[in-house]
Amino acid sequence: MTRLLKVEKITKKFGNFYANNDISFEVKKGEVLAVLGENGAGKTTLMNILFGHYTPDAGSVQFEGKAIEFGNTNNAIKLGIGMVHQHFTLAENLTVLENIIIGSRSIFSLSLPKRQARIKILELSKKFGLLIDPDELVANLSVSEKQRIEILKTLFLDCKLLILDEPTAALTPQETDALFATIRNMIKSGLSVILISHKLNEILAVSDRIIVLRNGSSVGETDTNSAVREKIAEMIVGKKIDYPKKTKIPRKSRVLSLLDVSYSETDVPSLNAVNLNLYGGQILGIAGVAGNGQTTLAKILSGHLKPTQGKIVINEAGSVYISPKSFMNLGVAYIPEDRNSDGIVGDMEIWENAIMTEMDNLCFRNRLGIINKRTSFDRSKDLCAAYDVRMQSIRQRSRLLSGGNVQKLLLGRWLMRKPKIIIACQPTRGLDEGAIASIQKLLLEAQQNGSAIILISEDLDELLSLSDDITVMYKGMLSDPIETTTTNKLTIGLQMAGDGF
Amino acid sequence: MLKFRLEERAKSPYWLIIVSPFIAIIVAIILAGILIILAGANPFNSYYHLIIGAFGSKNSVAETLARATPIILTGLAASIAFRAKFWNIGAEGQLYFGALATTFFGTGLVVLPSTLMIPFLFIMGALAGGLLLLPLVLLKLYYKVDEVVTTLLLNFVVVLLVSYLLEGPWKDPMSLGWPQGKSVIDEGVLPQVLSKTRLHLGFIISIFLAFSIWFVLKKTVIGYRIKSVGLNSAAASHAGIPIFKTVLVVAILSGGMAGMAGVTETAGLKGYLTLDLSPGFGYAGIAVAMLANLNPIGVIFSGIFLASIYVGADSMSRAMNVPTYLADVIVALTVLCVLLSLIFVHYKILFFGTKKDD
Repeated sequence: MTRLLKVEKITKKFGNFYANNDISFEVKKGEVLAVLGENGAGKTTLMNILFGHYTPDAGSVQFEGKAIEFGNTNNAIKLGIGMVHQHFTLAENLTVLENIIIGSRSIFSLSLPKRQARIKILELSKKFGLLIDPDELVANLSVSEKQRIEILKTLFLDCKLLILDEPTAALTPQETDALFATIRNMIKSGLSVILISHKLNEILAVSDRIIVLRNGSSVGETDTNSAVREKIAEMIVGKKIDYPKKTKIPRKSRVLSLLDVSYSETDVPSLNAVNLNLYGGQILGIAGVAGNGQTTLAKILSGHLKPTQGKIVINEAGSVYISPKSFMNLGVAYIPEDRNSDGIVGDMEIWENAIMTEMDNLCFRNRLGIINKRTSFDRSKDLCAAYDVRMQSIRQRSRLLSGGNVQKLLLGRWLMRKPKIIIACQPTRGLDEGAIASIQKLLLEAQQNGSAIILISEDLDELLSLSDDITVMYKGMLSDPIETTTTNKLTIGLQMAGDGF
Repeated sequence: MLKFRLEERAKSPYWLIIVSPFIAIIVAIILAGILIILAGANPFNSYYHLIIGAFGSKNSVAETLARATPIILTGLAASIAFRAKFWNIGAEGQLYFGALATTFFGTGLVVLPSTLMIPFLFIMGALAGGLLLLPLVLLKLYYKVDEVVTTLLLNFVVVLLVSYLLEGPWKDPMSLGWPQGKSVIDEGVLPQVLSKTRLHLGFIISIFLAFSIWFVLKKTVIGYRIKSVGLNSAAASHAGIPIFKTVLVVAILSGGMAGMAGVTETAGLKGYLTLDLSPGFGYAGIAVAMLANLNPIGVIFSGIFLASIYVGADSMSRAMNVPTYLADVIVALTVLCVLLSLIFVHYKILFFGTKKDD
């Protein structure tokens, strides 16, 4: 196979911090290279250098034998490098066709050559098995359909190397398989793919070669055929991973129930007569493809939304006043799915975030409302130590923390309150192996301490290994819970696609 | 070709935070100097007259500080609101509403000894300003009506209301036909703090309020809530911070500060309500808050700075025969330069050259 891309001794510093340190690798024509690494290992920086967002401090990149011009995205696209980001960059109010061709024309051109474009797009869509309707509005599409458009967009611009950043993060197992079929089709036609992912099983299934980055350096390279799962996981983290072990505890009395809860508003996915029971010491897993109402359900369970119909009962008490605050006071903890936009105030310091839920607690303020800095600082230090939040100082701005540390801070903030009920929404999404293991361990510990947990996740492996019972959410409906030991990935995957609803 | 790129600083050095606004002001003064040359005057002489006009005598200092009083208060109004990302552009209207309250209560309806009358008028003015803002906050919270539009437009409604009242029912019969309100009773008039000048107690009160607001924002739960709601209201609400209540408090505080600016002007400077009570003090407050980077203590200095330019520009204009509009130009340039300087405070600028291979 001929060489398509040659990366030589790339070094990129931010201040004194090496984001990439002397990284070299190659991509051949017609192969899938997987880039693995923890958050902050330098994967994204490296890809941003290839795609022309950043200029490295040293090193060179050759594409088809020609040196690429750094810091110039247009040049990268012209050479044939395409990138599909984890967060899509589509205009929701345009059609599929318009979205695909929008980048191919100068903004000063007055016409869009739609007819030729349509022919080319349909051809590509057939060739690579990327089914789409070119005239559908993007706003009406599902996540996997949007991803197909992103991929078509790069193919439309004749890309030879496609970079996929965490492409399976929001797909069902079946959709993931379809994506991998597409990737294999692309390889057959001589394209190359760089795949960034933290899901080891998937990487092992689809890639030809693997490189592992850690702390900005390349720490290993192996053919997928000869790779061993545990070895690679250790390579990524740099030490042995302590995988959490689940021990079942006897079920206690009911702490939360939803009775025929419906929600219908235009701005969020609706819920349709959802019934749910949660018992002390239970972990109830809710599977489902993103956008089927899980977020709405979580917001209702945490008091952020008021159901349009139905009833919520907490601790077998009568009716509850619906507000985040009153749910908090009843012992509900809520880990929101988007930890950066809903969880943490990035521009406030770590200590300020650490005490945010404690503003009514007279340990941290006096009756006049003056904040007691000493006890606040102590609490924040305790929290960071107890839950292993790695930081330089509690006076540091929170958004400089890595994803795993943000999540530990948020989870720790709730666990310090000894919550009766934890609503955890995608608690490990986008985290690396090591951080995933710590978060899962914390959740299991909370269960041991008597908390009941609702775990909403798209990661079936996680649901199967943590939860006692699993239910599936599809189009705002919830299936009857089944004991985890009596079900498997395949059944749940089919249910996620609507089977049995 | 020389290229550059911005890189965010992990922590901005303190000296830079302090020094950058001064550099910005110097740049603005140089830029305005070019305009003065275009207007056919010597910029050095002009600035000399500007400084003398603002600080050259006891009377001019008093005049500058008296002018700064309402601007500091409206600057505080903007600082509080903008910190919570509540875009209150309506300080002008709230100022006039405070002035209406002063006229309503202060011209004989209520008579108290001076030590009670003055606080009473300030409270009424603050309530009036806050109450004017209240329905707009509720519209925003319940129906997501954009507050920039509502607060701005209400300014014109209030000014027209004042005009109606002063031309009609509230017109002072002793005013020889001028559209002005009745005089505030003697017990309510703010005493002079510098004899034989127009500098009144309102200035001291505005400084006191700036420090109080600083304390509230910096040290208390309310300030903490305002900060978190402003920086990330979604995260704040997920941590149990009541968004509704916090924004309500912000609006009352912000409207209250602007309302008190109406009190200082009516009961302090003029003694009665007129149609030209505020030559845009409400809007100047936005510039003051921006110059101070929303810091309440900084508002004192930026308020005095703005006032000195307006007061000084009058004497510069007389002496050098240049238009007084230059004051507005200098203020506008300063705000622009300070906003630009914030980029330098928060980001490092890295220059690098690129070689062309072909």
